[in-house]
Amino acid sequence: MQEFCKRGYLIEEELPEPPSEERLRDKRPVAYIECPQRIPCSPCKEACRFDAVIMETINDTPKVDYEKCTGCMACIRVCPGLAIFMLQIKDDKGYVTLQYEFLPWLKKGDRVLVLNRKGEVIGEGVIAWALNPERNDRTQLVTVEVDKDLIFEARAVKKVVE
Amino acid sequence: MSRLQEHPIVDFKRGKEVTIYFNGKPIKAYEGETVAAALYAAGIRVFSRSFRFHRPRGFFCAIGKCSACMMEVDGIPNVRICKVYVRDGMQIRTQNAYPSAENDALAIFDRIIDRFFPHGSHYKKFTSSKTLREIATKQMRKIAGIGEFPKALPKEEADYEEINADIAIVGGGPAGLSAAIYAGRLGAKVVLMDENPYLGGQLIKQTHRFFGSGEHYAGTRGIRIAEILTKEVKEIENVDVRTETKVFGIYGKTVAAVEKDRKLLKVNAKKIVIATGAYERTLIFENNDLPGVYGAGGVQTLMNVYGVKPGNRGLIVGSGNVGLILSYQLLQAGVDVAAIVEAMPFVGGYFVHAAKVRRLGVPIYTRHTILKALGEKKVERAIIVELDENWRPIEGTEKEIECDFICVAVGLSPAHELLYQAGCEMKFVPELGGLVPVRNKYGETTAEGVYVAGDVAGIEEATAAMMEGRIAGLDAAIKLGYGDEEAVKLRDKIVGELEEFRRGPFGERILRGLEKVVR
Ligand code: SF4
Ligand code: SF4
Ligand code: FES
Repeated sequence: MQEFCKRGYLIEEELPEPPSEERLRDKRPVAYIECPQRIPCSPCKEACRFDAVIMETINDTPKVDYEKCTGCMACIRVCPGLAIFMLQIKDDKGYVTLQYEFLPWLKKGDRVLVLNRKGEVIGEGVIAWALNPERNDRTQLVTVEVDKDLIFEARAVKKVVE
Repeated sequence: MSRLQEHPIVDFKRGKEVTIYFNGKPIKAYEGETVAAALYAAGIRVFSRSFRFHRPRGFFCAIGKCSACMMEVDGIPNVRICKVYVRDGMQIRTQNAYPSAENDALAIFDRIIDRFFPHGSHYKKFTSSKTLREIATKQMRKIAGIGEFPKALPKEEADYEEINADIAIVGGGPAGLSAAIYAGRLGAKVVLMDENPYLGGQLIKQTHRFFGSGEHYAGTRGIRIAEILTKEVKEIENVDVRTETKVFGIYGKTVAAVEKDRKLLKVNAKKIVIATGAYERTLIFENNDLPGVYGAGGVQTLMNVYGVKPGNRGLIVGSGNVGLILSYQLLQAGVDVAAIVEAMPFVGGYFVHAAKVRRLGVPIYTRHTILKALGEKKVERAIIVELDENWRPIEGTEKEIECDFICVAVGLSPAHELLYQAGCEMKFVPELGGLVPVRNKYGETTAEGVYVAGDVAGIEEATAAMMEGRIAGLDAAIKLGYGDEEAVKLRDKIVGELEEFRRGPFGERILRGLEKVVR
């Protein structure tokens, strides 16, 4: 049994290969999938019209071909494991898009606490974009703006209650 | 007020407001709610008193399978109130307690009797004389009691109907529905029976998106899958759907059931598919019968179906997918999760499910177990402890956890009774969760023409249940002469997909189990 199954979160050495700095700085975000265990699941692959998610059989772990990924976000909409994150660096700011399913729903401009994989608060961020939850059967997609060094750390947000 | 007004995923559609009476006291409820949900929402936690010692009991399973919630309803004793829907003016009373289950005079036994009769000792006491034993047993039973003689009879007239069908399907969950849809589409005359007023089985509380492949609804929420399948089955004319229909017996190829509590059904079928699902398991620890110790599925039902908050802060025992998903669902309903404890050295369910609660700050204690629940009439705290390599508690590692409820998510057992009655050869297979029937790869058991599908065939994910249902439905219809080569091809394709589905590490255990029963 892999170590991460004891902890419930991944540590740096266990993370998938990151996209190149150049790809991260592209105009389009890139899908980064943290789904390291062999489970019978494949909607991310089936959702990708660009064959950017590589998976031979349903039990394989998904691997993203970062050059093929167009940032269309079809995969992140359906992932039942909440395991896909869209990453981007723009004007030297970091952007992480994640699935969000809590009330109150988030809006652009909302201030949020940013959490890492262990659930520790690593800072504050601002919501740069939020999909209307009704448009994705109530899984909101939200983009949080964070320090660019945090895009491989920021994995959850909680609304700051004023 | 513990009724949820808003929820990120579910819109609770509550019916008209009605008044029910609990031990004479009026309580507001909404049509469409079960009595158990309505009482819980009104803050009532003690539903009954135990058979021995009059210990307080709450609900456990919330789906009619554990009898912890029996009360007297409109004069009729021993009614499982988690299966009865509220009606205006309904009279509900706690039984075998005086004056009420909450304040039971006989509960004094709970305090003093333990000194003389430790738990379980009544098997050993009074063994010297048979007469003495009989008298003692009789007195004990009298005090314990299981309700009184009915004060009322149901008013309705009874009815009777005989139906001839190609295929009778018992259970309208993911497996039974899939079987009905696939057999029905080939033209077979199908009768689908389910004890609930709705179809979908346990899917109706699964608010999360499903795993698997797109063809089997992966990425779609369980609650939506229930809607899709219900719609599909209703569109097929030759499928006769009977809800609120309890199947109580199988005699050869005849299925006996009671519809809406008043109509006896005799279904003569050529093939039968049994898809009755599973029971929730419990776990042994001190005070595990205290109100506030609930089955994980029971909490899901209360919270996701009826929109009633189980409490403010829960402890989850078991880190299989059910425990992990439930933890996430509790957070969605605005309930704190104190921790998840797991006796194994690693998380039992999918890593991604663990990761999504972990990053929201829920601690997961692997190699830990619950030692005891603490509280007077309901859970107030719990003690957990670390385990050593041999699963023994390590002294000095006890931790006290603040929580007002505990969810036991330690697995399910197949609901196998009807299979026995149908004469299927059964085997105890731990890898599949308990007693399961011997069958072939299409799900046909040793009782010719009797098929099995879903959790009752072995505890697995709902996706596998849907595939098994499709295979059983197709095979039964094909054997009756429906469908052409296309149908055969489709059946074999799904058999292949199911094999592929089980080929990962999570399928290993299932495959080991299946080796023992699939011939
Ligand atoms: S974002 Fe679009 S292109 Fe990229 S992997 Fe996901 S589905 Fe494929
Ligand atoms: S959809 Fe999500 S959980 Fe499923 S394989 Fe893809 S990344 Fe993993
Ligand atoms: S039978 Fe009602 S709670 Fe189990």
